[in-house]
Amino acid sequence: MKRRDVIKGGLVLMATSTLASIYKPAYSKTYVGGSGAWRATPPPPLSVVDGSRLVYLTADEARLVGAIFDVLIPADELGMGATEAGCVTFLDHQLAGPYGTAAKDYKLGPVVEGLPQQGPQSIMTPAEIYRKGLAEFEQAVHAKFDKSFTDLSEEQKIAFLKSIESGAIAFDTLKSDQFFVLLLQNVREGYLADPMYGGNRDMVGWKLVGFPGAIYDYRDWIVSKRGKKIDIHPISLLGRA
Amino acid sequence: MNYKRPKADVVIIGLGWSGSTMAEELTRAGLKVVAIERGAWRDTSTSFPTTRDPDELSGSVRKEILQAPVTETYTVRNKVGQTALPMRKYHNLTLGNNVGGAGTHWAGASWRWLPFDHQPYSHVMQRYGAGQLVDGLILQDWGVTYDDLEPFYDRFEKIAGTSGTAGVVNGQRQPGGNPFEGSRTAPYPTPALERSRANVLFAEAATRLGYHPFPVPSAMIGAPYKNALGLNLAPCTYCGYCQLYGCGNWSKSSPNICILPVLMQRPNFTVVTECEVIRINTTPDRKMATGVTFVDSDGNIGEQPADIVITATFTLDNTRLLLLSGISTPYDVASGQGVVGRAFTFQTLSWGFMFFENEYLNPFMNTGALATQIDDFNGDNFDHTGLGFIGGAGIQSLSNQGLPIGMAGLLPQGSPQWGKGWKQAFQKGYQNYAQIQGQGTSFAHREQFLDLDPTYKDRFGQPLLRITFDYNENDRRSGRFIRDKCVEIAREMGATQVGGDSFADRPYSGYTPWDSSHVQGGVVMGEDPRTSVQNRYQQNWDIPNLFVLGASSFPNNAGYNPTVAVGATTLWTATAIKDLYLKNPGPLVRL
Amino acid sequence: MAKNLLRNALRTCMRGGMLLSAVTFMAHGAKAQDGAADAQIERGRYLAIAGDCLACHTAPGGKPFAGGLDLKTPFGIITASNITSDRETGIGSWTLQQFDGAVRHGKSPTRYLYPAMPYTAYVKITDADLADLWAYIRTIPPVSNRVVANKLPFPYNIRALMIGWNMLFFNRSPFTPDTSKSAQVNRGAYLVEGLEHCGTCHTTKNAFGGDTRAAYQGTSLQGWYAPDLSNNTHTGLGGWSADDIVTYLRAGTNRHTAASGPMTETIENSTQHLTDADLQAIAAYFKSLPQRTVTVPTPLPPGNRQMMTGAREFVVQCSACHVSNGAGIANMIPTLQNNPAVNAPNPDSLINIVLRGTNGPVTAANPTGAAMPSFGWKLHDDQIAGILTYIRNSMGNAAPAVLASDVGRARKAIDAQQAVWH
Repeated sequence: MKRRDVIKGGLVLMATSTLASIYKPAYSKTYVGGSGAWRATPPPPLSVVDGSRLVYLTADEARLVGAIFDVLIPADELGMGATEAGCVTFLDHQLAGPYGTAAKDYKLGPVVEGLPQQGPQSIMTPAEIYRKGLAEFEQAVHAKFDKSFTDLSEEQKIAFLKSIESGAIAFDTLKSDQFFVLLLQNVREGYLADPMYGGNRDMVGWKLVGFPGAIYDYRDWIVSKRGKKIDIHPISLLGRA
Repeated sequence: MNYKRPKADVVIIGLGWSGSTMAEELTRAGLKVVAIERGAWRDTSTSFPTTRDPDELSGSVRKEILQAPVTETYTVRNKVGQTALPMRKYHNLTLGNNVGGAGTHWAGASWRWLPFDHQPYSHVMQRYGAGQLVDGLILQDWGVTYDDLEPFYDRFEKIAGTSGTAGVVNGQRQPGGNPFEGSRTAPYPTPALERSRANVLFAEAATRLGYHPFPVPSAMIGAPYKNALGLNLAPCTYCGYCQLYGCGNWSKSSPNICILPVLMQRPNFTVVTECEVIRINTTPDRKMATGVTFVDSDGNIGEQPADIVITATFTLDNTRLLLLSGISTPYDVASGQGVVGRAFTFQTLSWGFMFFENEYLNPFMNTGALATQIDDFNGDNFDHTGLGFIGGAGIQSLSNQGLPIGMAGLLPQGSPQWGKGWKQAFQKGYQNYAQIQGQGTSFAHREQFLDLDPTYKDRFGQPLLRITFDYNENDRRSGRFIRDKCVEIAREMGATQVGGDSFADRPYSGYTPWDSSHVQGGVVMGEDPRTSVQNRYQQNWDIPNLFVLGASSFPNNAGYNPTVAVGATTLWTATAIKDLYLKNPGPLVRL
Repeated sequence: MAKNLLRNALRTCMRGGMLLSAVTFMAHGAKAQDGAADAQIERGRYLAIAGDCLACHTAPGGKPFAGGLDLKTPFGIITASNITSDRETGIGSWTLQQFDGAVRHGKSPTRYLYPAMPYTAYVKITDADLADLWAYIRTIPPVSNRVVANKLPFPYNIRALMIGWNMLFFNRSPFTPDTSKSAQVNRGAYLVEGLEHCGTCHTTKNAFGGDTRAAYQGTSLQGWYAPDLSNNTHTGLGGWSADDIVTYLRAGTNRHTAASGPMTETIENSTQHLTDADLQAIAAYFKSLPQRTVTVPTPLPPGNRQMMTGAREFVVQCSACHVSNGAGIANMIPTLQNNPAVNAPNPDSLINIVLRGTNGPVTAANPTGAAMPSFGWKLHDDQIAGILTYIRNSMGNAAPAVLASDVGRARKAIDAQQAVWH
């Protein structure tokens, strides 16, 4: 019996009287005591994303996201800006993966709007939200300035993003303020996640705040460095010390 | 295709802390035990090795270790009359999703509950009388006392290698420990962790204010330790990849390192993974359980017959399984009758948030439960006369977060959240942010309950569980009281900017940042079948060979995390099964 | 139902309930006999465990003793035979004399055996023990499994060559007690040289696979370096007490170290099941071996380039478990301080463990089984070489540097994964 049949049939009320004696399913595993050490299936090794080409965003989308991200996290004396740090590459790969498809979300209907405290009810995925949101973002820019966001002055960009953040400028269908929250969350993730995900180049985000990165042992410091500045070059998960 | 597995003496649903603790006890007694677990097998060196564990994005941001809402979620509404809607994305109830359950990724606070927490009704009636209770509050004793459970608290701590400083041993006060704790027969198995800078500032401030700070007992092993089952545990390294992470170096107690290596040596133990139990089966007259029905990873339906059925799933799923199986009487909010889903509680969280000027708090050196606490305002440790509420909170300086994505929004008030100003504020705020958590009690209320959702279904077509919950007046009063205490201590710590919050002042939401994950009740134990699902041994009043373990058994929530109380009640029940039930099967409490 | 439950409970309790797989199986293998025969079978079962017959004569996932495990020797693959009582494919039709021929003399009824079967050690087994062992082996239920034993390339596939090999390298002398030593030491010697066949791995082989005179001084095989067991503190067991040896063989761990690689299985399948008296005897024997002096090299200076990068990498990659000063955690995570295995002249085992990780020993005395994860996918050859060079020349250790090319060769030889990061 296929899983979809189970779902269709509503197995809840199904009788279990006609039972075959032994059946070994493909993924479910039985572990019997006394038969040696049990090991999990190893996850695939970690790897570094390839930033040389886009995997979800179009070139235009990537340019627009980069321009927005560089306003949210600009280059200054504290470190490089979001795009240079790889945040667009980060987002591109995130949207192409399980995050982009909201693979973990509960998506069954009915889908109805609820009270704020009931949490997000939309079943649009981040990948879908970006596709639509970036288009509506650009439409809103055109409606106001008659040019592309990338062509605005720095002051115009900041002012426009503030009105998106507050919801003062609305999109055609999406909620502009919610799209802003997503942009801000993702650019921070890109700037601060392990560099293997494509962003945080040279661990710029970690150096900004003095975060040591993928260190797993602070026993020597928990007392000796209590309340004291720690000067350490951060280390990434796949980097060299 | 359907199939039937060979009959077992005992089937245990879920192999987290309760399930594995129970399985260890019963296999050691010689019973043939089969555990059925929804998730996959997990072991330290393969599943969360140090080589890949320190990764914030996959850990606390994408929450890859948790059970996903797509697998099962809950619908929520604040009150009767509203339409409950599903929590579609990861929410605050951080659910375990593998062998080890939430015990793999938990924060690790390892509390014995106060004697008061086990007998709140008797205690309140004796000290204050019924006038202390707000309208609709449900207050009842567990049927088992702290003194009954003390040997089992002790045993569980010695399985988990709990670290801490004892406050009261054999009635004698101990320096540095919690003076309010129930008397212990032994100190903690391993010494308390070192304090963070924030913990030190808190302890000093609390002492100046006349309070009694002590280190929070935790699952982070304080020194190399051989546990009660002969397993070696390593000392915690303060790596900061703790809550929502598996531990890569055997230093956070979990079923995976504290119990399972012993269990897996026993030929009379079997665990079937990646199979989800969908129903407890009973005889037609519903007087005995006969086993469980599950769906395997291919969508086939299997049956596991057994003489004893033990449910050890997440609190809410315990309630849901009973409702789906038609076992015991569901709670009816209109009449106040029925028991399954009744006496559901959450926790009442209050916070003090603070920023210093020129500190190096080095927040990355932390553990899930690196905390210093005062219990001066917890349980009934203070006089509530005239306060209009019962309960309180454990108030603690909690150093459990230092990972940068999670802290990127924790900025002093008025700071920009993006742009150049954000970079400056974040740079300073990262080293200067500290927090005081008031983890508050929650008492059941007749309008807070669990039942099956009429609309939303899981992937197999079974109804989701519906949560109807909002804070009650007792919560609001205690929450504000505790918030003010948090703020008082934060100011005394010397912070330049201090804020406070009481979550009970807003409608309950499953998405409030920094909120508790501790929901309880629904299948509570007690002294009266009209107000409890199970007796003092966590044995179903109607079906004597069904035992439901976990915080679902607790009719009230403490100002503490529940895991060790769950462990102790599980061991208590295991002993009852071995010493009483096997010799004379049937109800262990006769009315 | 309750009666049933209770009965089950009692029955399993009486069976022990917690026996390990090999033992459990072996207990089932024995048929009911009269008392004397039972006792003989029981003695034979113990000897089979001491000889670790199961380890080679069982294929992964296969039926116990039904053969099929491929032993990778420097000369090619030799597959262990089926020694169940199956008359067609096993040894069910053999006599005691034929069994003796195979076990102690390297000759089955039809052909010469290769010394992958440690008859060169088993020749030390006494007649009485051999008879007991045979009594037990005969009780193993028949399993039909035809094994193609010889997958060697020419010329090693010519079994007759073994006649000459035996003449040159096979010392046929039976075990002779050394009357100048205690009965305990002699018992230890009997076990170590005979059934436990420690020298099979721990004694250097010559180009033809014969033992050299460097008994128990450590040697490399199949990507592992079986360490020096001789009495010197730098690379051998000189710093271990008799209790350390006993604890190690029983638990797989002790205050210094944890077993890794092939020794893990030897402990799990064999030595943990030995009696305390036998473990004490083995320890006494090793402690009775003459003191051996080894030349301790001068450790590399901390300023050495490899040492400096190794020290940094160690803090990031290793200290979470081994502690920043290398102290480790007793009975769980090996100390790297003054560690003879770290000082081994040949770093094969160290490289192997870092590249592929290693399962921890799981024994009744210490079921923890703390394992080391693999680093091969994560670290480059030069990183691993730097870390190992640093460990081998700090924390009280002194040993030759490990080169990136050593790691590269090992990576290829043991088929370890390539590092993913460029």
